[in-house]
Amino acid sequence: MKAKVYITLKNGVLDPQGKAIEHALGALDFGGVNEVRQGKMIELDIAESDEAKAKSQIEAMCEKLLANTVIENYAIELIG
Amino acid sequence: MKSAVILFPGTNRENDAIAALEQASGSKPQLVWHGETELPKVDLIMIPGGFSYGDYLRSGAMAGKSPVMRAVADQAKAGVSIIGVCNGFQILTETHLLPGALMRNAHLKFICKRAALKIENAETRFTSKYDAGQVVKYPVAHHDGNYFADSETLDRLEGEGRVALRYCDDDGVVAPETNLNGSQRNIAGILNEKGNVLGMMPHPENAIDPLHGGIDGRGLFSSMVEALS
Amino acid sequence: MSNDFNAIEITPELIAEHGITEEEREVLMNIMGRMPTYTELGIFSVMWSEHCSYKSSRFWLKTLPTEGPQVICGPGENAGVVDIGDGQAAIFKMESHNHPSYIEPYQGAATGVGGIMRDVFTMGARPIANLNALRFGSPDHPKTRHLVSGVVAGIGGYGNCMGVPTVGGETTFHPSYNGNILVNAMTIGLANADKIFYSKASGIGNPVVYVGSKTGRDGIHGATMASAEFDDNSDEKRPTVQVGDPFAEKLLLEACLELMAGDSIISIQDMGAAGLTSSSVEMADKGEVGIELWLDKVPMREEGMTPYELMLSESQERMLMVLKPGREEEARKIFEKWELDFAVIGTVTDTRHLVLKWDGEVVGDIPVPPLVDASPMYERPWEPTPKAVEIDAASVAAPSSLTGALKQMIGSPNMASKRWIWEQYDHLVMGETIQSPGGDAAVVRIPGKTKGIATSSDCNPVYVKADPIEGGKQAVAECWRNITATGAKPLAITNNMNFGNPERPNIMGQFVGAIKGMSEACIALDFPVVSGNVSLYNETKGEGILPTPVIGGIGVIADVAKSMNMALKNADEELVLIGETKGHMGSTLYLREIEGREEGTPPVVDLAVERRNGDFIRDLIDAGLVSACHDLSDGGLACAVTDMAMAGKLGATLSLTDSGLGNHVALFAEDQGRYLLSTANADKILEKAAASGVPATIVGKTGGDALTLGDGDAISLAELVDAHEGWLPNYMAQEA
Repeated sequence: MKAKVYITLKNGVLDPQGKAIEHALGALDFGGVNEVRQGKMIELDIAESDEAKAKSQIEAMCEKLLANTVIENYAIELIG
Repeated sequence: MKSAVILFPGTNRENDAIAALEQASGSKPQLVWHGETELPKVDLIMIPGGFSYGDYLRSGAMAGKSPVMRAVADQAKAGVSIIGVCNGFQILTETHLLPGALMRNAHLKFICKRAALKIENAETRFTSKYDAGQVVKYPVAHHDGNYFADSETLDRLEGEGRVALRYCDDDGVVAPETNLNGSQRNIAGILNEKGNVLGMMPHPENAIDPLHGGIDGRGLFSSMVEALS
Repeated sequence: MSNDFNAIEITPELIAEHGITEEEREVLMNIMGRMPTYTELGIFSVMWSEHCSYKSSRFWLKTLPTEGPQVICGPGENAGVVDIGDGQAAIFKMESHNHPSYIEPYQGAATGVGGIMRDVFTMGARPIANLNALRFGSPDHPKTRHLVSGVVAGIGGYGNCMGVPTVGGETTFHPSYNGNILVNAMTIGLANADKIFYSKASGIGNPVVYVGSKTGRDGIHGATMASAEFDDNSDEKRPTVQVGDPFAEKLLLEACLELMAGDSIISIQDMGAAGLTSSSVEMADKGEVGIELWLDKVPMREEGMTPYELMLSESQERMLMVLKPGREEEARKIFEKWELDFAVIGTVTDTRHLVLKWDGEVVGDIPVPPLVDASPMYERPWEPTPKAVEIDAASVAAPSSLTGALKQMIGSPNMASKRWIWEQYDHLVMGETIQSPGGDAAVVRIPGKTKGIATSSDCNPVYVKADPIEGGKQAVAECWRNITATGAKPLAITNNMNFGNPERPNIMGQFVGAIKGMSEACIALDFPVVSGNVSLYNETKGEGILPTPVIGGIGVIADVAKSMNMALKNADEELVLIGETKGHMGSTLYLREIEGREEGTPPVVDLAVERRNGDFIRDLIDAGLVSACHDLSDGGLACAVTDMAMAGKLGATLSLTDSGLGNHVALFAEDQGRYLLSTANADKILEKAAASGVPATIVGKTGGDALTLGDGDAISLAELVDAHEGWLPNYMAQEA
């Protein structure tokens, strides 16, 4: 099974990279961009085929390594 | 004082750390590879700077989960002194031996320069040779040194005297202009609750030779030698 | 030789697309005696590219002086090797990564740094210092800011992760680099003089081993791209740029040095440009043997890779080695400990052919000696550069204010502080950096010793354009002078020759002139060339860059505690000018910045005087008679004293006596072979100078917090520092 993990900074944690992108978009005349937050996306290809099991497995990965829950949130998307 | 230095793939300031420890204690530290599960019996464990695992994923993230760090955590619980510098500090936060996290510098650039630091707490085993409020100069060399913790944690750190060092100017003034990486409350180094674990971004080991332009870093190592021998 | 991989039909068009001329095609056909396979064609194409064959430059490069008692190994290996005493050797080289850095500044610069470090550690040396010579287009050009930002981040990203301090270099701007920036990276490594590793393969039947990262489809045809002129389509060439992995290289460095501590390696070669092709051909050619490669055994990152792609891939962080028989397991253990790939992918043969196999079937077979020997060498037509106009100093008007002109000059893009750049480089890791960036030359101590290496990179392309011979001489002399100003004895250089299209006789004339001038200076100063790199076709839409032969030099100082820097240290000291000021104003910074004129003959370097004055300076420093020393270069005496004052946070006064030149000429002329000293021993120095026939004059005094030029024309140091330190950060903070 393939899955995507999206890691984003928690609300309230300053995101200097997102701010820089926001600023650059403004400089390129893209108006109306209210906010930019940068995160990362990790693709996984795992052997587990049961959705519930896969999800709990990936949750454990996020908690243990993929995300730093002091500053980051994560979301998991399973793709068949 | 017997000491050990932990090595990860990508560690690169180990020789600087070894030189400083040897100069202060008179004996060479033992080197411990990241795959080890047991640590030698020592008074001090130092986690030096570098780019463990290339700083991929997050600085210190993968080193933080390595077998040797489980052993380091056990030693920390047992009261052994632990110091993490730069990447070492990042690793200590990733293992939750220290609170908070180290994010990308606010100006987004790597920064290497001699920085002025205010000794906030001189009553620790790491800083006893300094005076409280003293300004020292150590180099910094990092990309991810922007210290973050929620305000509750920050208040607790301050209340318990666990902020060891802050970025300041030459006169000891701590202000937004003297904050070289965007750290919350200008924090450059913190202690754990028991006071036996110190993490800091600046490099005292690169300020131990008059030819480095200053020897302010020696005080930190001699404090440890005095407390731990 | 039927194989699906080579099913592609070889047509004259396909051969031409591989950059092989009709004449070269004839030679190729004669060598092969048949149509080459697709894989073979790819190999010829990269081996005969400008980048690998130096076909335009080789004839002239051979005229450079490359020998001396200090030289252990000159040009021809991965890097030059110089004896630094105590059984130790310095191994160093500079190399360009110009075109890749223009297309993708971060990765281009990063892989340039990675490549040059591999060149050094492949010979058994631990890198101990990096330098970078960078040239960007006009600050007003819309791409410049983005390129500066990316290149600097890329250099830092790679070097910092490797844990090798970046201690020096130079950064300048000129519109001629608008579409073609220069990124020249230099590495210095340290090895035991009796433990240097070379590329020469030997021992029939010995295993050929691949180590490092896996091979992907990176930079295929990068070596040919790096030799093609840029046009408007170059923005589309992005996929051929390699991506660097500094973490993998750090592991490769540690693993290689661990293996090198033993005695299992016979030969080792890094896979740089043209990857597996150039490394295997070079090993076989040097060893006068053949090599058979089993390409299906190469560790691959992507599926379905072909022999053509494997032979041409420029994936980074890879090495090829020949091991002693039976030592594979010992080596494998080390590389596996460092979590790197290790594979036996071939064997040394006696055929003198490069034979490529896939699952046992031959997919390519090329005789090595003709491939190398018949590699084209052109004596391209060249015409000497016409003499530039002489600028009569008397015709150069005085500025309305000397201090005003000075402030404008030291805050100009080329003179402004590059702190914004070098603070992004870890220049302190290893704990041996004695003189940091921003001075004349950087000084790094040799671990465990009192001695150190001083190093600098130099070139004034405006001089070279005006007069390639004098400019070439000056670049070498300036480097020698910068090293001398620290008290070190200059030993040898590496050169990075960046020029336009050599097929244009005027450009080739610049190249030839620069080589001639450099040769003269190298001989006179005992400063031989031990390694180097040539980058040609640096032009966009027919417009060449300024001819830029960058010199990277090293020297040795016995006791780094005695090394000198430029910072004024004590008030009430005398400022002593060593060398003669004749008032040369052609091609000077003053002329460019204040009068907006880029013209005139460059200053002439009298090499005998250069050597005499430099030897004198070194003796003064060694005798402890000097507290600060700085060489005079761009902006002359006034800019030199300003540098010294700003570095020491201490003011100075220059007393302008009527020299008959005019004060602005005396202050801003760029006559060569000069140094400014701060000293409490002026009498003794003047006495010694008189005895040695060296011109020496007291020109001022240290003290205060301002810089005063003559009677009362003063400017505060703070104002100068603002102008000098402010320009680059302010520029980079603006929007593109």
